[in-house]
Amino acid sequence: MTWKRSPSELLPGTGRRRDVLLAGALLAPSAAVLGVFVIYPLARAIWLGRQRCDALAQRCRPTGWRQYLDVATSEEFTQALLVTIKFAMLTVPSGVVLGLGLAVLADRQLRGMAVFRTVFSSTIATSVAVASLMWLFLLQPSRGALANVGWIQDIFPVVKRPGLLNDPGTALSAVALSSVWANLGFTFVVVTAGLQSIPRDLVESAVVDGARAWRRFVDVTLPLLAPTLVFVSVVLVARAFQAYGEIDLLTAGGPQPQASTTTLTYLVYGRSSLARNDAGLQSAVAVWLFIVLLVISVAQLWLLERRATRR
Amino acid sequence: MSESGIIGTSTWRIVGRYGGLVIVGILVLFPIYVTVVAALKPGNEVLNRPFLPGPVTLEVLADAWTQGRMGRYLWNSAVVAVVVTLAQLVTSVLSAYAFAFLRFPGQTLLFVVFLATLLVPLESTLVVNRRTVDSLGWLNSYQGLAVPFLATALGTFLLRQVFRQIPHDLREAAAMDGMGHLGFLWSVALPIVRPTLGALGLLAFLTTWNQYLWPNLITTEEDMNTVQTGLRLLSSSVPDVERFNVPIAGTIIAALPIVVVLIAFQRQLVRGLTAGAVKG
Repeated sequence: MTWKRSPSELLPGTGRRRDVLLAGALLAPSAAVLGVFVIYPLARAIWLGRQRCDALAQRCRPTGWRQYLDVATSEEFTQALLVTIKFAMLTVPSGVVLGLGLAVLADRQLRGMAVFRTVFSSTIATSVAVASLMWLFLLQPSRGALANVGWIQDIFPVVKRPGLLNDPGTALSAVALSSVWANLGFTFVVVTAGLQSIPRDLVESAVVDGARAWRRFVDVTLPLLAPTLVFVSVVLVARAFQAYGEIDLLTAGGPQPQASTTTLTYLVYGRSSLARNDAGLQSAVAVWLFIVLLVISVAQLWLLERRATRR
Repeated sequence: MSESGIIGTSTWRIVGRYGGLVIVGILVLFPIYVTVVAALKPGNEVLNRPFLPGPVTLEVLADAWTQGRMGRYLWNSAVVAVVVTLAQLVTSVLSAYAFAFLRFPGQTLLFVVFLATLLVPLESTLVVNRRTVDSLGWLNSYQGLAVPFLATALGTFLLRQVFRQIPHDLREAAAMDGMGHLGFLWSVALPIVRPTLGALGLLAFLTTWNQYLWPNLITTEEDMNTVQTGLRLLSSSVPDVERFNVPIAGTIIAALPIVVVLIAFQRQLVRGLTAGAVKG
């Protein structure tokens, strides 16, 4: 019965002590897992980030906190950060706009709309490995489906020589294309849910003529949809910064030597990555990844906050 | 609607919308369509008009199943995903109940720490987690694949939000009747959060099933691959020209179980995908 009172009201007693014990027991499983596999590894990575280790990661010696600065100013890191930001700029705005477009297109009570909704959300069923291998098959120059169609070769010679994934100029965009497609189902489902939560009578009267419908969409629907769109962007930004599978399967960080698709996450874990064999360097980049994402999260929260207070 | 002109424009409007829907639908489905077409052709026919169906054979799918050891890897993925899903639901319910219905010292601080773990990207922890799992002797094991993900602060947070909407009087009345916390949790609180559990469960299942980086980091024995890392193996094995579409067929086998799950749980899907909305 003590559960709703403030702590100051509580006197030490059996009831309360039993509550504390029970709370400990209920919290123990979650706390143990989060402690051992989220908090400890982050703290440990921060500590490891100031060390250099041998290839087996058994022997490490400290080089000091300066290593974080050295890593951040290294060419590999700044290049990877730049690639990651480019990747986010290629995937996030287009992903949000396409998801919004699909959702608006399917937002009518018409016969057969359920079929179209299923089609538009279908890419949810593809994991990153599945989606990437599908696009690998489309884009491969030697045996790819797109690269070996005559008229496509005529219009875009690059699909065959050297291939979209092998040309330093197009590789990142090609990976982004696969990524945008794979995320489309998610964005569509979430934006559709957002659209459906908008009161009908606010939007319905918009279907008078094209010009006014567009104004109504911009003035009424979009502002009401803003929180949904912010949420979708937040998720897509995080996914862009954490992208690994599509890069591993489509380009392996290359084409080399420019490392045109080596993002921050790929720099930490990629097979061809320099940091891969040194747990110290790996940790330093992983910690920077955490810091960058933290800054982005805080910025996004601040944006949301500002929007909320403006209302 | 008495003026025929208005009816005319609205009909055209509907036709136009259907046209748009069909075109966009074809574009979205195109990669899947091409994959299915390629998986059903013999290898040497694939690049002969890749966008059109040709002679149909199930041999390539069968090859992908045996050569890609899909049976084994689907089983591994299923074991890990089911264990992680059930465990996340249990651990989240328990900790959410403690935060919502019990009072203990350091409660606010601990809750903030739980929430803070949501800000830590998975990719920043895996370097050390691999070492931890290695030192526990869990490389190439179900424990290694599952244990790091048996709890989630997101589930704790969402369930706590729902628990807090339960009227205080209800718990007090139950306590008057001599019902302890565990009884109340089981018979009152749990039924109330059932929809949230469904959404969380689906989210946990999809996330775990789709994991790529972590199983790649801790799997070196062929037997312990999941479907996702198995696909990687299949695509990196060097196939002869006649059978280069075997990995393509593998993607279809890997995706089918998820299609079934999504159809079975489509009502939970929207809630599950928007659950992270609080994640800021």
